[in-house]
Amino acid sequence: MPSEALVEIRDVNFAYGHRPILKGMNLTFPKNKVIAIMGGSGCGKTTLLRLIGGSIKPTSGYVKIGGQVIHELDHAGLYAMRRKMGMLFQFGALFTDMSVYDNVAFQMREHTNLPEEIIHDLVMMKLHAVGLRGTHNLMPAELSGGMARRVALARTVALDPMLIMYDEPFAGLDPISLTVVGNLIKRLNDALGATSIVVTHDVQESLKIVDYLYFVAEGVIIAEGTPDEIRASDKPFVQQFVNGEMDGPVPFHYPGGDYQQDLKLKHTELVKFNKRKVTVRHFGPDRRQKK
Amino acid sequence: MTTAITKYLVGIGRTVMNALWRIGIGTRFLSLILLNSGISFSRFHLTIRELFFSGVMSLIIILVAGMFVGMVLGLQGYETLKRYGSESALGSLVALSLVRELGPVLAALLFASRAGSAMTAEIGLMKVTEQISAMEMMAINPIARVVAPRFWAGVFAVPLLAAMFSVMGVFGGYLVGVVLIGVDEGSFWSQMQSNVDFQHDVLNGVFKSCVFGAVVTVIALFEGYDAPPTAEGVSGATTRTVVESSLAILILDFILTALML
Repeated sequence: MPSEALVEIRDVNFAYGHRPILKGMNLTFPKNKVIAIMGGSGCGKTTLLRLIGGSIKPTSGYVKIGGQVIHELDHAGLYAMRRKMGMLFQFGALFTDMSVYDNVAFQMREHTNLPEEIIHDLVMMKLHAVGLRGTHNLMPAELSGGMARRVALARTVALDPMLIMYDEPFAGLDPISLTVVGNLIKRLNDALGATSIVVTHDVQESLKIVDYLYFVAEGVIIAEGTPDEIRASDKPFVQQFVNGEMDGPVPFHYPGGDYQQDLKLKHTELVKFNKRKVTVRHFGPDRRQKK
Repeated sequence: MTTAITKYLVGIGRTVMNALWRIGIGTRFLSLILLNSGISFSRFHLTIRELFFSGVMSLIIILVAGMFVGMVLGLQGYETLKRYGSESALGSLVALSLVRELGPVLAALLFASRAGSAMTAEIGLMKVTEQISAMEMMAINPIARVVAPRFWAGVFAVPLLAAMFSVMGVFGGYLVGVVLIGVDEGSFWSQMQSNVDFQHDVLNGVFKSCVFGAVVTVIALFEGYDAPPTAEGVSGATTRTVVESSLAILILDFILTALML
């Protein structure tokens, strides 16, 4: 990735209590690119976004945006930085007591002194960009999941941020909405000259729109590359993830104790099943002994 | 046996420590609200909007409750005063009971159940649906934008609601005492006028209402803001709001009454 980095994550460690989430992470997000962070549930993807947004501080290491270390900023500095960011939450996080129009206008009214006529035009342009100009009078409860995500996208880019973060933007969308949202992410990034970080599970959609991908597992980067490099990768994790295979380095089961012990298995016996004798394991007290 | 007693004592200690911890965090939350209250006054329409939702929308329950409380006071007061031949003092009994105690206390209790629980549920659900996080990511302080206007709306709403409660209560007492039972109308109003002191009775009642309004609202907002972002968390927070607010109102009522007498 030759272009200049907007976001740099260096040697970042983070833990929730005693549970380590990120272990020595190093990532670079160049300007004007769409970069995906992928990995299984609970691998630390959203934690990475929260670190970039300054909601949490790393245990060690740093996150730098535009040359500024995020966790060293004071409250005013952090808010000044956040004005240059946009974040699309998993389910949109639209303000349910406001109309679509007011949701998109919200940041403009809070952060600028623009007259209402100009705000009106800007809101309409943002809604037009996501194809939902006609919904400006509706309330969030009247929108479908895909539409809510697109309105939230319009709100996210309301002040033309330099960095846009997407937390699972494709979750729960039908195939058409999924393609629409995917294309919007790419188009808006190009139109705004921004940098987009997309945290997602959706490999196929991501491979279509992103410039670079990071694969995260157990708190470390285990693979990275352009979509072509990822498709051609023979790493078992990448193969498992890209092809959605059940068997592979990512275990299906969360670590736990001995299965037989959890089932309280006590004894086995031979019983007839389909005219064959098979061994059956019983759990609980041995009924034969009771008899 | 010793272990069981130790466990019991540890449990009590933990509960007390948790309660103190929450009071500490709640106080810090209140100071944050006060520090971030500028926007509630510089953009007063935000506070007015919340005043509408928490105050105006609570009017019906307050007016109806006030009316019936006043009617009961009229009936009970007449029955008691009749024994001493002092039926003419019914007006002052009804008014003093309402202005000093029942108005501020019952209005605050009703406000806690109607508006306080709604505030907790609303803020809690805003957390669940990441609206609060979204606001923070937009560099907008949710304490200043969402919480402080609601707090001031509560502080303004409760005294106004208590006043409406008392007015309706007096009207209810008048209906029962004068219109239904036949107490002399002139003595009903003149006794009330001569015995209700503006500073000692009315202003003290208003002061109580302001304190109750602040306490109920800060409990409701804190519980909502502190609620775990789950359905169970919001439900528990809403219940706690009503229980804690009701207890706080009754305990504070005793303390304030003792201080002001």
